[in-house]
Amino acid sequence: MRIKEFPFVRGLIVQSRVLHALLMRELITRFGRDNLGVLWLIGEPMLFTLGVATLWSAAGLHRGSGIPIVAIAVTGYSSVLMWRNATNQCGAGIEQNKSLLFHRSVLVIDVFLTRIALEIIGATSSFIVLSFVFIYVGWMRAPTNLLLVISGWFMLAWFGASLAMLVGAASAMSPLVHRLWHPVAYLLFPLSGAAFMVEWLPKDLQSVVLLLPMVHGVEIIRNGFFGTIVPTHYSASYMAECCLVLSLCGLFVVREASRRVEF
Amino acid sequence: MLSLEHVSKVYETRRGPHKVFSDISFSLQRGRNIGILGRNGAGKSTMIRLISGAERPTTGRIERRMRISWPLAFAGAFAVNLTGLDNLKFICRVYGTDYKPLVPFIEEFTELGKFLREPVMHYSHGMMTRLAFALSMAIEFDCFLIDEAMVVGDVRFHERCHYELFEKRKDRAFILVSHDAEMVKRYCENAVVLSEGRLYTFPDVEAAYSFYMGSIALKPTLADK
Repeated sequence: MRIKEFPFVRGLIVQSRVLHALLMRELITRFGRDNLGVLWLIGEPMLFTLGVATLWSAAGLHRGSGIPIVAIAVTGYSSVLMWRNATNQCGAGIEQNKSLLFHRSVLVIDVFLTRIALEIIGATSSFIVLSFVFIYVGWMRAPTNLLLVISGWFMLAWFGASLAMLVGAASAMSPLVHRLWHPVAYLLFPLSGAAFMVEWLPKDLQSVVLLLPMVHGVEIIRNGFFGTIVPTHYSASYMAECCLVLSLCGLFVVREASRRVEF
Repeated sequence: MLSLEHVSKVYETRRGPHKVFSDISFSLQRGRNIGILGRNGAGKSTMIRLISGAERPTTGRIERRMRISWPLAFAGAFAVNLTGLDNLKFICRVYGTDYKPLVPFIEEFTELGKFLREPVMHYSHGMMTRLAFALSMAIEFDCFLIDEAMVVGDVRFHERCHYELFEKRKDRAFILVSHDAEMVKRYCENAVVLSEGRLYTFPDVEAAYSFYMGSIALKPTLADK
């Protein structure tokens, strides 16, 4: 038997075909071909991050912490984009794409994976470009441990992807989830570690904030960036456990939602 | 082969579960065809969605051992801010074929001219249907799923559809879903009738035709009410 004939391999080939098709379609649908077009995939998160960095700098937050506010904003806000945008996009994912399910090989999970991939690609590119620019002009130092930054980023991507699948599929099953997600995301933003480092918080508040998995991800990234200027608090294994549970729940709900798609 | 075994579909409504049909079984061999007759609301569109796989049956099994098309001329899956050509590319990517050799056929069949490279949202209904039909013909399937209500157009369009489907591809299987008994009688070698949540099978089209015509005659029509 040739390798292409194994059902699993054949499935992979079909799914990658479908994902490619959906990615291209989604890119053009969302950004069009005019006015920079697909560049907005990176431009949009970049503008957001730049805006936040400017605002926070102007407000003079965290003066005297030893870390430039621009660096806090870039690492913090980029991290928020990772879990928030993918989840926002997946909320209406099934509703907006269900007519595509008439094509046998297009599955509900492909719709989610496409949107997650796009958001992660956008946020990651924006993060890389902004970091390079700010390091070049000297507003930020180069990361002391690049591998740690990449690991933290990967963890955030995992967290964002599993949360997006869970919330996206649950939204399709109950519009209530979709309604609740936006206020929840709004409230999670200040708690997510975007604007603070755990070390700056009072001790009893630290343990509460560290219940949120994404805080660990941001701390890992900042540890990689800033080294030991400010002590960081995180447990990669705690975050991995949360992500694992979220992923399993996410996949389960996606399967349930696929069974219940109605026109 | 396509086979449905004891398939039922129930939708949740505010007033409790609504059963569209239950215990439906039939099968279709490669190269054969069947007509599914049903009045408005009999569950024809639900049947199309189940067979195409867009929705899952509540109970029962649907097994597909041949490549079944999406509903012929279905325009709902178009991304309207994509051009006609983009939509062709999308379909080709999904089904793993090269789009370039298909462009001449699409151009010729749709007669869209420069509009093939314009966003679909600027199309008229007729243009959209022609593109949708042409895309259905662009991919090779073993079995075509035809919802008669979707293939709406002028006489010329119908003639060309007829040629593409029933002459050029007469070796393929198809499922024709319609409320029009005459149409099923003309095109199908066998027929079943969806009525009151059940599927009635018959030895030949003639029997299905008379049963269906009879069931229409017996039912109160709007005029009676």
